[in-house]
Amino acid sequence: MLLREVVQGWGLFAYAPLIVGLPILGLLINMVLGRRLGERFTAIVASGAVGLSFVVACLQLAALLGHPEGARVPVADWITVGGLDVAWAIKVDTLSATMMLMVTGVSTLIHIYAYGYMHEDVRLNGDPGRFTRFFVYFNLFVAAMMILVSGDSFLTLFVGWEGVGLCSYLLIGFWFEKGKDGIGNALAAKKAFIVNRIGDLGFLLAMFLTFWTFKSLQFDRVFESAQALGAAAGGTITVITLFLLVGAAGKSAQIPLYVWLPDAMAGPTPVSALIHAATMVTAGIYMIVRTHVLFQLAPISSNIVVIIGAATAFFAATIAVAQFDIKKVLAYSTISQLGFMIAAVGMGAYVAGMFHLVAHAFFKALLFLGSGSVIQGIEHGHHAVAGHGEASGHFDPQDMRNMGGLRGRMRVTFWVYLIGALALAGIPPLAGFFSKDEILASSASTNIVVYVVLAAAALMTAFYMGRQVLMVFFGSPRSEAAAHAHENPPIMTVPLMVLAGLSILGGALNLPGVDTLGRWLEHVLESAHAVPFNPLVAALSTAIALLAIGLAWLLYGRKPLLENQPDPLARDLGPAFVGMQHKWWVDELYDFLVVRRYVWLAGFLANTIDWSFWHNWFHDRVIAQSFRAGTRWMAESFDLPVIDGASARLAEWTRSTAEGLRRLQTGRVRNYGIYILAGLVVMMGYFLLRSLS
Amino acid sequence: MNSWFSILNMVAFFPLVGILVILLLPRERISLIRWTALITSLITFGLSLVMLAQFDRSNPDLQMVVRAPWIQVGTWTIEYHIGIDGLSILLVLLTTLLTPISILSTWTAIEERVKEFMAFFLLLEVGMVGVFLAQDLFLFYVFWEFTLVPMYFLIGIWGGPRRMYAAIKFFLYTMAGSILMLLAIVWLALQMGTFSVPDLIARGGIPLNIQTWLFLAFAAAFAIKVPMWPLHSWLPDAHVEAPTAGSVILAGVLLKMGTYGFLRFNIPLFPEATVRFAPWIAGLAVIGILYGAAVSYAQRDVKKLVAYSSVSHLGFVMLGLFALNPQGIQGGLLQMINHGLSTGALFLAVGMIYERRHTREFDAFGGLWKVMPVYAALTLIITLSSMGLPGLNGFVGEFTILLGAFGSQAIGSPWFAGLAAIGVILAAVYLLYMFQRMFMGPLDKEENKRLKDLGWREVVTLAPLLILIFWIGLYPAPFFNLISPSVGKLVAAVQTAALAAH
Repeated sequence: MLLREVVQGWGLFAYAPLIVGLPILGLLINMVLGRRLGERFTAIVASGAVGLSFVVACLQLAALLGHPEGARVPVADWITVGGLDVAWAIKVDTLSATMMLMVTGVSTLIHIYAYGYMHEDVRLNGDPGRFTRFFVYFNLFVAAMMILVSGDSFLTLFVGWEGVGLCSYLLIGFWFEKGKDGIGNALAAKKAFIVNRIGDLGFLLAMFLTFWTFKSLQFDRVFESAQALGAAAGGTITVITLFLLVGAAGKSAQIPLYVWLPDAMAGPTPVSALIHAATMVTAGIYMIVRTHVLFQLAPISSNIVVIIGAATAFFAATIAVAQFDIKKVLAYSTISQLGFMIAAVGMGAYVAGMFHLVAHAFFKALLFLGSGSVIQGIEHGHHAVAGHGEASGHFDPQDMRNMGGLRGRMRVTFWVYLIGALALAGIPPLAGFFSKDEILASSASTNIVVYVVLAAAALMTAFYMGRQVLMVFFGSPRSEAAAHAHENPPIMTVPLMVLAGLSILGGALNLPGVDTLGRWLEHVLESAHAVPFNPLVAALSTAIALLAIGLAWLLYGRKPLLENQPDPLARDLGPAFVGMQHKWWVDELYDFLVVRRYVWLAGFLANTIDWSFWHNWFHDRVIAQSFRAGTRWMAESFDLPVIDGASARLAEWTRSTAEGLRRLQTGRVRNYGIYILAGLVVMMGYFLLRSLS
Repeated sequence: MNSWFSILNMVAFFPLVGILVILLLPRERISLIRWTALITSLITFGLSLVMLAQFDRSNPDLQMVVRAPWIQVGTWTIEYHIGIDGLSILLVLLTTLLTPISILSTWTAIEERVKEFMAFFLLLEVGMVGVFLAQDLFLFYVFWEFTLVPMYFLIGIWGGPRRMYAAIKFFLYTMAGSILMLLAIVWLALQMGTFSVPDLIARGGIPLNIQTWLFLAFAAAFAIKVPMWPLHSWLPDAHVEAPTAGSVILAGVLLKMGTYGFLRFNIPLFPEATVRFAPWIAGLAVIGILYGAAVSYAQRDVKKLVAYSSVSHLGFVMLGLFALNPQGIQGGLLQMINHGLSTGALFLAVGMIYERRHTREFDAFGGLWKVMPVYAALTLIITLSSMGLPGLNGFVGEFTILLGAFGSQAIGSPWFAGLAAIGVILAAVYLLYMFQRMFMGPLDKEENKRLKDLGWREVVTLAPLLILIFWIGLYPAPFFNLISPSVGKLVAAVQTAALAAH
């Protein structure tokens, strides 16, 4: 009875702030003690902090079961200025709790995995001292992500929003002295931050407009007055939601701002799994769901959201098909899957979007961590070979053309990777099947064009995953390193197995007819309508997935790729393959249109306008010379009996100072000072006398 | 009430005691001179905290006023009239905080003529505090010009290779504007019969066409000081040539004298003209934000980059002030403090690497994170603060400024704030580029491989600034509470005046 009261009471909501506080505590402990007390200590503190956050998230879940309407837990004032009143507060409702559970849960697993991975990574990269720093950043990320999902206003959400962006920057640039030409990683980090800032500009403008329209930035108040105003504010709401979409496109890597995410793979693989696949990049989808009240009032914006999402899903999938870097395939796949989610929330299928978000977190984290396991396995093989002095030149451990036949050498990795790939491909009854199917079903019932585009993207998804699994794990090794690869320790494989389990069972979150997640989110998404299960769509998507996998097998399975053999798809697709492989030259286009223009403009403004013209010519020549001429004239013809002598002195001072301007270094500092003071007194005296007489 | 030992007088003039002691010390006792200067400035800071404790934050009016006739000329009375309110208290505290920090930064950087250096530095503090306290136009003008002299010497004697040129340029430029202001002050006194700022505000009633001219005359002095685009040409020279401590004070406090001048004099004295000029000032501010950011990006010298970034940052401040609503002005006022902290800290950081490498060219650096991790981490935090990352101080100021400007009736269009917000992207561009060129990439220069990380003195120098960077970012309420009543009063006054004009 007592326990029941505690569980159902408001008491448990009071612990919500800990979900941010614990990771911060963890990073502070590690900052102070981490390097002194060693890797094990660091890893335990960091994972423990996040694990405890997960426990707190579970407590919130328990509390919500009793009070599904949720609670707002205030922590402190933040900004209170002339009508703007934003506080630090934790908003616990079924939507934020879903994100809290998913993020802290997946984070805990990835933290544990990262202990094993980073232990090797810091040694392979030759700086073991950086181990602690990694976990400090990782905990900081979880804290920022929790601020993001628990914010009760646009502005607190934005704090987390930029905070995760910072962590992304720090972790992409973790090996800041590595990458192409030693600067590649640093450039990738900078690119990620700046492209995200472009999105953030949209978010900022949306906030300004929201505030001056609804006189608040707190979600509940904004939504209330938006609904009250309704069509009266329709135009403004459309603009607001379009700006929000810009923000979402930045963070969730949608067209046209997706370009940072593939480069972000420069970060260590646990980073790619946690930040650039499972959690941070879903923030845009979460934000749209959070502000769905506005999007529902703006049908034009919602339609644009669908178009952006579907186009991204398709476009990114075409690129993923032709990549050889194991992580790049997954990166473009992530962009594509995020497109699915964006399209879903644009259609108003918020539950489907959230469902796919969670399911995707499971299997994409699994795939990335699996790829990390593969990469490290290959690197071990490479080192084993290089140790015998056989390997030479540059070797890319992420290039799938250097892999093959790992099925036998890395059994656990193979099986979990296969599960992840099948889940992503949408094979029943794995998680991805159910979640993707819901999106496809929604699109089939709303817009057939969107359905076709998404179905085509799904076809390519199954194909590139089939291609990847076949290239990496089947056939025979295409390099010495692959032939000597070996499996990683349990600290890495156990989290993989847990994630594999979640990828298998994740569909149970929202089974057709049961709609657990839908009923759960109902408390936030009152209006969310569940599209009934459509057996035809389900059968069709399964057929599509199987067809694509069969196609992949025909190309890469029947006759496995040999060393130095070109991709058979290159022959079949011709120039299209070249385009896909070069990512349709979008980076080059942006570089030409934006980056180089800005660099040129900045240089022109700085060197030509500001320095040569304004500083050197106008100020140091034109002004200085006319000043000199003016003072000469004053000295010769401007005379007042009252201050005769002083005036001459003033002119003498100004003349000599002007000379100083020309000759730069005369060194008579004290003299100038005296003249200046004297001149000042004289001038003041002059004006005073003038006014008196 | 009118005691000469009032706390404001103590804050303003206590450094003179230190100067006296330093002048009596033999010049070879360098260490003793340094400690005397440091302790003097710390006591001054302590006194300013006493002032803070006595400050009544619910009172929007001037407090702790000291007022006495000073110079009697005919029918005029120039008064010694000082006081403090929400518009100035944070700036006084910033001045008294940055002075000991700057002095600490010279510990190993200034080896020659330490005695004169410290004397000038403390003299500068007197002038700056005086500027923020003066409530009589003539007294203000005296302090205003007074700050020029020590700064002139600090640049001219202890500066870089082109120090004389920079010092003279700094001096002449500022003087040129000041003369116009002096004319306006004299005109005001002639017409209104008083130099007292509160009396002038209370009297009001200056016709709009006259207000326009007076506004422009005051603005000439202040806009050069800020500096507003396109009057910034003296700034890169002065900053690049000034010694580190000079740059910290120059960016941290002296530039704020310009923005403060607008806030204290232009807006309340000439409210109708202010409303009229608001879109123009906002336009120049926006140009300054974008132009400063672009020009910063193209610099090859880290100190010059930071110098130009001030043009951009101060553009935000001006945009906020002339939004003329509570969000804009409070944001602008807070951003003055934020800029003092962040840019002051950036200049300190630049000085630290300059002391080690004797160059500030980006080409000489790269990969420093590897050898100087503490330095890199602290610089990163300062950089992030400067680019307005939420959770740090810069964001609170920038956000409230842009929010205010976006909905400002005086500015009249959200486009100004919308364009200014692009500056948020550009700030990330030039600051991250700066950080990358210094700290990231391979550590490939031989001279950099054995660099020593920061020592305890350097960390202590930066620590107070870092604490405030986090404090204002996470919990700015105490700071806003200090300024909001006075700002509220100012906004109300401007609005009534603007309404009356219509």
